[in-house]
Amino acid sequence: MQPFTQLRAVAAPIDLPNVDTDRIIPARFLRKPRDTPGYADFLFHDVRYDGERERPEFVLNQPAFRAAKILVAAENFGCGSSREAAVWALDAAGIRAVIAPSLGDIFHQNCFKVGVLPVILSSETGASLRRQLQANPGTALAVDLAAQTVTAPDGAVHRFEIDPFRKQMLLTGQDETGLTLSYDAQIREFEARHAAAMPWLAQPRT
Amino acid sequence: MALTMFEKIWARHVVAEGPGGQTLLYIDRHLLHEGSTSAFQRLARSGRRVRRPDLSYATADHYVLTSPGAPAPDAEIRGMVESLRAHSAEQGIVHFGQGDVRRGIVHVIGPEQGLTLPGMLLVCGDSHTATHGALGALAFGIGSSEVEHVLATQTLWQRKPKSMRVTIDGRLGAGVAAKDVILAIIATIGAGGGVGHAIEYAGSAIAAMSLDERMTVCNMSIEAGARSGMVAPDAATFDYVRGRPFAPRGALWDRALAEWTGLPTDAGAVFDREVALPAADISPMVTWGTSPQDAAPITGRVPDPSQLDGARRESLGRALAYMGLTAGTPLTEVTVDRVFIGSCTNSRLDDLRAAAAVAKGRRAVVPAWIVPGSGLIRQAAEAEGLDRVFTEAGFEWRESGCSMCVGINGETARAGERVASTSNRNFEGRQGPGARTHLMSPAMAAAAAVTGRLTDVRTLAG
Repeated sequence: MQPFTQLRAVAAPIDLPNVDTDRIIPARFLRKPRDTPGYADFLFHDVRYDGERERPEFVLNQPAFRAAKILVAAENFGCGSSREAAVWALDAAGIRAVIAPSLGDIFHQNCFKVGVLPVILSSETGASLRRQLQANPGTALAVDLAAQTVTAPDGAVHRFEIDPFRKQMLLTGQDETGLTLSYDAQIREFEARHAAAMPWLAQPRT
Repeated sequence: MALTMFEKIWARHVVAEGPGGQTLLYIDRHLLHEGSTSAFQRLARSGRRVRRPDLSYATADHYVLTSPGAPAPDAEIRGMVESLRAHSAEQGIVHFGQGDVRRGIVHVIGPEQGLTLPGMLLVCGDSHTATHGALGALAFGIGSSEVEHVLATQTLWQRKPKSMRVTIDGRLGAGVAAKDVILAIIATIGAGGGVGHAIEYAGSAIAAMSLDERMTVCNMSIEAGARSGMVAPDAATFDYVRGRPFAPRGALWDRALAEWTGLPTDAGAVFDREVALPAADISPMVTWGTSPQDAAPITGRVPDPSQLDGARRESLGRALAYMGLTAGTPLTEVTVDRVFIGSCTNSRLDDLRAAAAVAKGRRAVVPAWIVPGSGLIRQAAEAEGLDRVFTEAGFEWRESGCSMCVGINGETARAGERVASTSNRNFEGRQGPGARTHLMSPAMAAAAAVTGRLTDVRTLAG
């Protein structure tokens, strides 16, 4: 996983609530390996392209937002399917942070695993950020994970909450599985206790 | 202290309290499907092996074709199916593959095989894993990195979610199915209403449901934003589980039963949020938009964006444009081009019986697919003659798999086609680019097949 520390970059607003992961990456691309050339083109594919042609109305196709590395979305962004490919596609297209009032729970977890920073800010703050980005397309936001702040174009500094464990993993880019394997003694101890308490969980294999 | 069922199951699976309020949880059962390929590949690249291959089970469902006997023409699709088989064999994981009658949709075969048990913590790299909560298990969907983590460690780091109880008391009216209950719940709390919560479904209407019906309700928890949804195990649950291939037997069964009987939420336990919906208020439902929360009674009309303001107006306008619907149109005047009865939401024997009861003696006027949830359900339905009811009514009787719910195997609707579907998502493009999905119960979908339009199944009775 790539670490995330701080970022100052162009942010693109997405006003629509409940943007689902099927929209972020349609199912027919899920059989493509993550290292497929052009993986970034799968991002928002069916709302971004009409056949081969770009749809000019889609925010990431607008000149001011092409360089966006941050999305400022509305409620429940990333709802629906558990496909981690939704975050892989964001990552491939250079999106390093997603700011929203709420995120789909599985998408939210997947962001941490890939190294895309999920930031939860209030609906009011989110709406204000999107208004500022629309008023001045191509404006940058600053995100500082260590300080847990988003600095808006108007200079306002918004503090966000983040799970301290997830924050640490993102700051260092640590391999989570490696960390868990250092708990091997506790896992073994639990397995013995659990198997004694609920022996039916060990299944006959057929 | 009075505890919720969720809290009891959570507490029984705590391996360690980690840094920053995260808990390391032990995973009793891990279910795999073809989408697990990349997790296996990363595991191999990191030089790690599957820690407990005896606790993982694999089935081919997402990428297999459901046209009887047909191999997928697309090499990449065939590759996904083959990759699961090869990785499972290499790691010593039981695999229900093509040609095995036990093969089927992962959320159908878990309970069917007795792999899903009350009080268990079960995960799968699929958002509809909450289905297994119908047996009183804590079950939730995970992403590909989490799949890899479970394969390597049999654990997951999780932060305890908030709790929500949804109570449905009273009796459901004639023609009102479990699907209508969950669509009504989602329409009430919203597609994001359950974010960060574990849901427990309770009340007399839930208790009166069969296990197949409870699975339909729990299945769509994620459509309300909740990763897990569960129902307290009771006599119906124990009757369902008893004797299934992987369920405990003899003395172990007795010990398990004693444990399971103590699982239900204690009187006086407190939930972070309570929602109640009287059963009598629920009608047969259909969705009209592009989010599962866009559901209304079939007696209703397509809503009018001009009655709303700001972002909601824009969002609704976009949904109606995509769906090709006009505000104010009675829902029963909306014609359909195709019908899909299947998916992890509605492909079990109860679902097929409900659809067959409507199809019997009638004739489908649009292409209509029946895709049973597993090979065993297909067999059981054939033993009851349901396949003949369907084929005589002009429905197509297919093999099991996810099929047109997600279209990942290439079985999709065409752009602009309107589908009456028993699946779980009406997202833009879900059933194929440009395809328009209306979600409903199996009986309602069968009714749409025989009339060619969205239909109140109650008007067909008799």
